[in-house]
Amino acid sequence: MSASRPRTLFDKIWDSHVVERLPDGTCILYIDRHLLHEVTSPQAFEGLRLAGRGLRRPDLTIAVADHNIPTLGSRIPADIKEEDSRIQVETLEKNVAALGVPYIPIMDVRQGIVHIIGPELGLSLPGTTIVCGDSHTSTHGALGALAFGIGTSEVEHVMATQTLLQSPAKNMRIDVSGTLGFGCSAKDIVLAIIGKIGTAGGNGHVIEYTGDTIRALDIAGRCTVSNMSIEAGAKAGLIAPDQTTFDYVKGREFAPKDDAYEQALIYWKTLPSDEGAQYDTVVRLTTGEIAPMVTWGTTPGQVVPVTGIVPDPEHEPDEAKRAQFRRMLDYMALTPGQRMEDLPIDVVFIGSCTNGRIEDIRAAAAVAKGRRVAAGVQALVVPGSGLVKRQAEQEGLDRVLLEAGFEWRDPGCSMCLGMNPDKLTPGQRCASTSNRNFEGRQGQGGRTHLLSPAMAAAAAVTGRLTDVRQLV
Amino acid sequence: MDAFTTLTAVAAPMPMQNIDTDKIIPARFLKTIKRSGLGVHLFDPLRFDEDGKEKPDFVLNQEPFRKAQVIVAHENFGCGSSREHAPWALLDFGIRCIIAPDFADIFYNNSFKNGILPVRLPRAVCDQLMEDTKLGGNARVTIDLARQVVIRPNGEEIGFDIDPFRKHLLLNGLDDIGQTLQHGAQIDGFEAERRQSQPWLPTTIA
Repeated sequence: MSASRPRTLFDKIWDSHVVERLPDGTCILYIDRHLLHEVTSPQAFEGLRLAGRGLRRPDLTIAVADHNIPTLGSRIPADIKEEDSRIQVETLEKNVAALGVPYIPIMDVRQGIVHIIGPELGLSLPGTTIVCGDSHTSTHGALGALAFGIGTSEVEHVMATQTLLQSPAKNMRIDVSGTLGFGCSAKDIVLAIIGKIGTAGGNGHVIEYTGDTIRALDIAGRCTVSNMSIEAGAKAGLIAPDQTTFDYVKGREFAPKDDAYEQALIYWKTLPSDEGAQYDTVVRLTTGEIAPMVTWGTTPGQVVPVTGIVPDPEHEPDEAKRAQFRRMLDYMALTPGQRMEDLPIDVVFIGSCTNGRIEDIRAAAAVAKGRRVAAGVQALVVPGSGLVKRQAEQEGLDRVLLEAGFEWRDPGCSMCLGMNPDKLTPGQRCASTSNRNFEGRQGQGGRTHLLSPAMAAAAAVTGRLTDVRQLV
Repeated sequence: MDAFTTLTAVAAPMPMQNIDTDKIIPARFLKTIKRSGLGVHLFDPLRFDEDGKEKPDFVLNQEPFRKAQVIVAHENFGCGSSREHAPWALLDFGIRCIIAPDFADIFYNNSFKNGILPVRLPRAVCDQLMEDTKLGGNARVTIDLARQVVIRPNGEEIGFDIDPFRKHLLLNGLDDIGQTLQHGAQIDGFEAERRQSQPWLPTTIA
């Protein structure tokens, strides 16, 4: 590495974490933060035990249970009714106790979805490497951290060595320029991006999001964009730290304080990509391409403006793709040419690591205020963490939502993937602020349309997919 | 982890893009604290109907593909979640090799850790290999990792690329944690250096 070569943000974080470069180019990469949850860690703890290995740095590790946690009723692990869910949570609690891993208990107000609480507690810092056995770890890149999801074998590798064996990714720059249109949010930006580059468009790359539209986003919005990098196939998403980031981090529980903060700040300001840094791939969007978006298919790239129509598979030239396309429409119970706005919905889910932050709940409440959830629609609001929930209640947002007929739940991953009791039943159509519309993702036979929190609230009050711009 | 050297086996064609990890194994089957026994749930939404009965049109419910050890698919195999339950389910079913034009990164990594070889080959070659699977019960594909070739039933050899370090681990069935631990002194040194250069870096202990 030559000191004079202009480097990207990714290059800088990567270079500063290489412990050793092996002869074939594979690197031993140091990991600053290891986040654990109950679903992808038990087999790693078991592997460590079976091999007689210790956990190298419990003080750089932190655990929380989120996927299996009920959002209604008792939150005491022993009261979790589904036995397999209870065992996973109790296994995590046993494992962290045995190895001295810091743990945020379910009853703690700071408990929440791992990707919500990382930034919220100041665990996610610019210039650091963050991993978790969870693909949406890309979220933390919003603060300028290199953060990516890993499998359970890699979780065990980090436990044993505080490192990972990695090959450098390619650099992709996605530049978004212009003022975001009325009724549009960070979710619409990222859905439009995935629609443009496709679900494999980012494979092998780390994406850096740049441009004035990204700069104008608050940290919550940046988290939403980074979060869905994985849905475009990218290893991670990054947004260069700036004053918005520095102000956000300051004073948070685990962030550096006082002199340490000032020292960190000097370093963080060196992180943004250098002038002239080279990217392997560059994609440009303008806000003219971004409207309130909604997915129609069963991959996040199958997205249209809410004013659009269901596309026709017969226009697809590739036969295999055409067959798959038809199957998707069949699964989603849609016909080509159908207007998205005519689609009636059964369930609304507002929450997840994509859109479970206070800003998201404010956006939903603004639309819900003074309106009623349509007859026959179940509308869930699941805050991303206990702190988000408390903040929302202090602002009276829970009252606004409850009065409108929304359900106000306790924090967790909930209906994003239905590992707790919150799931769709076969054939139900859901307007969801989560990140994946895969077949069966929110429950067997469930049909998911991804959209922003404001759009989800609009769908709740009209009972169909609705252009939120008509309501605000 | 079992080594992967040479495999001659039935290949099952799955001409689909974006075979996501929720299709490979839905979230409701992730509530286990074990690695084993997930094969019965492999491709559950494609393989079984709502009553749990086999769907006859799904390839792995048909002969000779019930015994397939290779899957040939289209682009972006394994996209979605980081769940290693996906390769665990594939392995438990008996799948040791997946051939596709490309793979989602995390799935690709996870496969190697479990002795499954993901092979990237161009779409046209994958389509040809899918055609080969229609030749009947005696049609076998061979994957020779040492020589980095896929051998079609007619004997034609097709080369593929693979990272040399991963190839070495897979050929020898090596645990990569053991490999990294041999560099313990360098990790110690790195940590000591960072305590000097970035003393502000906090821990997870409040």
